[in-house]
Amino acid sequence: MSYDFLVAVLATAVVAGTPILYAALGELICERSGILNLGVEGMMLVGAVTGFIAALSTGNPWAGVLAALIAGGAMASIHAVLTVSLKANQVVSGLALTLFGTGLSAYIGKAYIGMPLANPFRPFEIPVLSEIPFLGPILFRNDPLVYLTFLLVPLAWFLLFRTKAGLNMRAVGENPAAADSLGVNVFATRYMYIIIGGMLAGVGGAYLSLAYVPAWMENMVAGRGWIAVALVIFATWNPVNALLGAYIFGGIHALGFRLQTLDVNVSPYFLKMLPYLFTIAVLIFVTRKNNRSRIGAPKALGQAYDREER
Amino acid sequence: MKIGLITLEKRAAPSPIMAVMVPVVSVFMALLVGAIFLKITGREPLPIYFEMFSRAFGTRYGLSETIVKSIPLMLAGLGVAVAFRMQLWNIGGEGQLFMGAFAATWVALSFPDQAAYLLLPLMFFAGCAGGAVWGLLPAIPRAYMGVNEIITTLMLNYVAILWVEYLVYGPWKDPHGYNFPLTAKFTAGAILPTMGDSRIHAGLLFGLTIAVVLWVVFNRTKWGYEVRVIGDSPGAARFAGMNIPRNILVVMAVSGAICGLAGMAEVSGLMHRLQPGFSPGYGYTAIIIAWLAKLNPLAIVLVAFLFGGLQVGGYIVQTTGVPATMVAMLQGSVLFFILGGDILLRYRLRWRRSPDSGAPGKGVGA
Repeated sequence: MSYDFLVAVLATAVVAGTPILYAALGELICERSGILNLGVEGMMLVGAVTGFIAALSTGNPWAGVLAALIAGGAMASIHAVLTVSLKANQVVSGLALTLFGTGLSAYIGKAYIGMPLANPFRPFEIPVLSEIPFLGPILFRNDPLVYLTFLLVPLAWFLLFRTKAGLNMRAVGENPAAADSLGVNVFATRYMYIIIGGMLAGVGGAYLSLAYVPAWMENMVAGRGWIAVALVIFATWNPVNALLGAYIFGGIHALGFRLQTLDVNVSPYFLKMLPYLFTIAVLIFVTRKNNRSRIGAPKALGQAYDREER
Repeated sequence: MKIGLITLEKRAAPSPIMAVMVPVVSVFMALLVGAIFLKITGREPLPIYFEMFSRAFGTRYGLSETIVKSIPLMLAGLGVAVAFRMQLWNIGGEGQLFMGAFAATWVALSFPDQAAYLLLPLMFFAGCAGGAVWGLLPAIPRAYMGVNEIITTLMLNYVAILWVEYLVYGPWKDPHGYNFPLTAKFTAGAILPTMGDSRIHAGLLFGLTIAVVLWVVFNRTKWGYEVRVIGDSPGAARFAGMNIPRNILVVMAVSGAICGLAGMAEVSGLMHRLQPGFSPGYGYTAIIIAWLAKLNPLAIVLVAFLFGGLQVGGYIVQTTGVPATMVAMLQGSVLFFILGGDILLRYRLRWRRSPDSGAPGKGVGA
């Protein structure tokens, strides 16, 4: 494998990993507050389509990001009402969100399929940094949404582990009754982080339609939302690990893509299977490793909180 | 517990009235949401709904198409319900359906000259086996290592769909098919019999039979009881000496087999060949159907029939410019309302009274 090929694969890995990273960060924050949201795929799709339409009609990709934030947050708030206030089953509610989002995005995106986007996010080089050998071309010749994740990941880590808000978030996810008795508003905390999680998933979807492709296609998220859910487990609920994990997943995508251009004698259908098979393999590996100590998983994850049943 | 002005009181037992009311009201609420969406996007909801329902349920042709569409929904719904009974989240119905179709097609293409009485049973078992294997793959790590089955079953859907695409675009492509991604048409012996001159095929009998069998198994056998106990309280089940890993394997295999049968019935009864995209997400719709029917096998048959009609209605209104995905949206919102409405099964709603108007009922928390 030549040096140039390696750099090309790794650069593609960063780009391909970014939508998964946004979604995984959102899901991570949500799960830290004790709520499992399996609607990531649906929220990403709705973010992708609303982002695309907003960017197309305003000519500004940032308007697309704003629209995706709002749409993702709105989708997530359905999950919040159902699981926090009405104590519905979190697994089924998340699934409903994904199914609903798949239908909704296809419905509103029907007229926009295959339309070109005049002003997508474009890569630009960061002066000085982009000249660093090896790392420069991989990390610092990207579009603004990639750079944003370089800030977002340390920010999320800092919020989680170094602030009072992060402590409260984790307390609500670990032991809501104890957090409640200390005066933390469990319901408001969960609502907030479910909605923030949805907003990030929306941006993850919009990254696909505004930078990665950039166009709207039905079902264009193609399972990345689910990969993001798996990635949270892989990352043991830590944002920094999520970054690394997202790039590994991105690398698998990139490798499949690059191998096709190299004329390797493997059917493209098998190469396309790689990220899904890899997700399964990783999940088995991580679960085996973690079973002894249950590292990182919030203890109250998936359980509704009822003040009367403390 | 209080939400705004409403006080929730816990019921001693789930309300039987609400168990019927909630699904019915949910369907209407979802239609209302759909109507609002149609209105926003500049369409008149009432004529569209009228068209959908009158054509899907009111005409002889529409009704037979509704039944045809309800067959894979019914089978896949029954399949995933088996797993859901044990709180195993088999989201892989779609992939199991594809692998069932693949295995049945393999039999049909390998033995084209066999008579139906030999070939059809073989395809039946191949379809079940294909789905069962696809259900077992995620069941093994789930049973012995606790690996989250939601994600693994879902990932395998994509793998199964890509596998079928690989076959029909590559080695199995019909040489006389003008380069379309289709396998050769099945020979007469590989095609399920149909009812009269309609397209309703014997897959309907598979579905109805399995529904009755499952109802008996769930409600009248020790194993059916065991499955529910393991789902509701794995700790108690373990204490009672139930073998949880083995039950996970059996339940997922059965669940996958029934979904695989849905795929077999679809290729053998309706398509008469394998082609990509032969399922518009039946395996996912099945999840909604199973939940809407509260995992009751007989109710699944009924809900599958309604959803089949919805699917047919969706195709019909497509000709008037309404995207068929409208139906997926409606189905998703039904599930939202069901989930939200379930609280009415467990709680009684009371408007909060002012303190001097008498003590509210018992069990009102702070």
